[in-house]
Amino acid sequence: MRPLIDIEHVTFSYPQENGQGIEVLHDITLQIPAGEFVAVLGHNGSGKSTIAKHMNAILLPMGGKVYFSGLDTAEEENLLPIRRQIGMVFQNPDNQIVSTIVEEDVAFALENLGIAPEKIRERVDEALRAVDMYHYRLHAPHQLSGGQKQRIAIAGVLAMHPRCIVLDEPTAMLDPKGRQEVMRVLHELHRQYHTTVVLITHFMEEAVQAERVVVMDDGKILLDDTPRAVFVQIDRLKAVGLDVPQVTELAAVLRAAGVNIPAALLTEDECVAALTAALEETDGNHTHA
Amino acid sequence: MGTILTLEHLTYTYSPDTPFEKVALDDIDLSIEAGEFVGVIGHTGSGKSTLIQHMNGLLQPTKGRVLFRGRDIWEDKKKLRQIRFAVGLVFQYPEYQLFEETVEKDIAFGPTNMGLSPDEIKGRVREAASLVGLPEALLKKSPFELSGGQKRRVAIAGVIAMRPQVLILDEPTAGLDPRGREMILRQIKEYHTKMGNTVLLVSHSMDDVARFASRVLVMNRSRVFAYDTPEAVFCRGGELREIGLSVPQMTMVADALRQRGYPLPEGIYTVEQAAQALLLLFRGGDAPC
Repeated sequence: MRPLIDIEHVTFSYPQENGQGIEVLHDITLQIPAGEFVAVLGHNGSGKSTIAKHMNAILLPMGGKVYFSGLDTAEEENLLPIRRQIGMVFQNPDNQIVSTIVEEDVAFALENLGIAPEKIRERVDEALRAVDMYHYRLHAPHQLSGGQKQRIAIAGVLAMHPRCIVLDEPTAMLDPKGRQEVMRVLHELHRQYHTTVVLITHFMEEAVQAERVVVMDDGKILLDDTPRAVFVQIDRLKAVGLDVPQVTELAAVLRAAGVNIPAALLTEDECVAALTAALEETDGNHTHA
Repeated sequence: MGTILTLEHLTYTYSPDTPFEKVALDDIDLSIEAGEFVGVIGHTGSGKSTLIQHMNGLLQPTKGRVLFRGRDIWEDKKKLRQIRFAVGLVFQYPEYQLFEETVEKDIAFGPTNMGLSPDEIKGRVREAASLVGLPEALLKKSPFELSGGQKRRVAIAGVIAMRPQVLILDEPTAGLDPRGREMILRQIKEYHTKMGNTVLLVSHSMDDVARFASRVLVMNRSRVFAYDTPEAVFCRGGELREIGLSVPQMTMVADALRQRGYPLPEGIYTVEQAAQALLLLFRGGDAPC
């Protein structure tokens, strides 16, 4: 079966004043099957946002091809069908909200698509419930917290019933509570509606929760694997300006000192369990010694 | 060194006598010693930003007093301007406030307002640029040609160039990638070490606060929840979690192991500390207590 997002040998340059572009994507090939939850990591300028904007034809490749659900993004007549199926959420919630009432904001795209009013009502309510903001439907967006605003932006995308949602650092401007709210909503969408999620983030603890992690560096894909297989490569990640979760780093330090624990520890619970097991073993050895 | 900032029974109410009335600060007593590096944490709406805006007289207390080196800053309104030079405040996303034609002019804006001589201004611009790690070649450029991280450093340099006795930064790393975050934090730390000035750093990251601060101020529901050393504050992990804050990941791991009976010392919040304490356990093979 063809992947939902099929990026084949894509190169891209942003135009410069002097007419010569700087190439920011070098021959990128990436396939994302329907229903996957993928995190994309990379430092600023690594090409993450540029690749994301290729997925729904905001940018078109200069070399290579991008297909969404088999539709070539470079064909003009495919634009609308593609954008109805893939929604984008950006970093700053304040730049994405257009209305003065929450429910009107969520209805904005649906109105543009010419959907019948009673259908719009239904979909808006459903989307607001999905992000747990139904109670705020008559509020003014500027009175909401950052996390709440970002959930409204996500609801606006959800109301279109997209098959895929691409989020470009949606939690960068949020506090820890707002970040958790947004992540909870994304996992819920993925679990319940099998929505394909492409999450661009700087937060390793968010990437750890994905099914697959793609690491970009300098316009190329450096790593593409499960979170466990990616985060174990501490030195490579650090070399490209990324972090690993602290528990993963702790495991590496202890292993280097000869402690027998697994290398790929990603969460606190895993770390505590592994350390407890290792400490018990040590105690056993000492008792028998 | 003595006390540099004192807040006495400070209360601040937003929109008093309207339906939107909200007590943002409720009877705060706090004194900050000169030369401290204070990490300020608290979730959105806890009063952090309102608090720091009182420290340089951007907001006037509804009740209570703000003292700078023992003098009420509102005693003589003509002197407020001097307070704003002495207590420098870097807002969130300060790069949005850049406006001059060149980086040099932007950094010089504060010192120029102080009425310093052109030579003095020039010296201070160079000094501030070097303190935040901006190469001299950038000084003649337009701030809008710089990367996000560089712009932010220009904005910070603009405040540092006034040589404030207290430097307050409101989430200076928000929205940056891991490398950018690390660079800004290190430079702030270096600035603090070199100048010996008082620094207040508002952050959502417990890990950052734990690594850099000599004191931690925790705000909760318009009040001071704690003001103490990082060790003493992070000891109260359970309480912090109750008020919706996290503790550093390493502290959580250490707490969990301690609960299982392993004798780890209190005050663990970095990977190095955790590794050191754990290696002692592994090598000593102490029985669980």
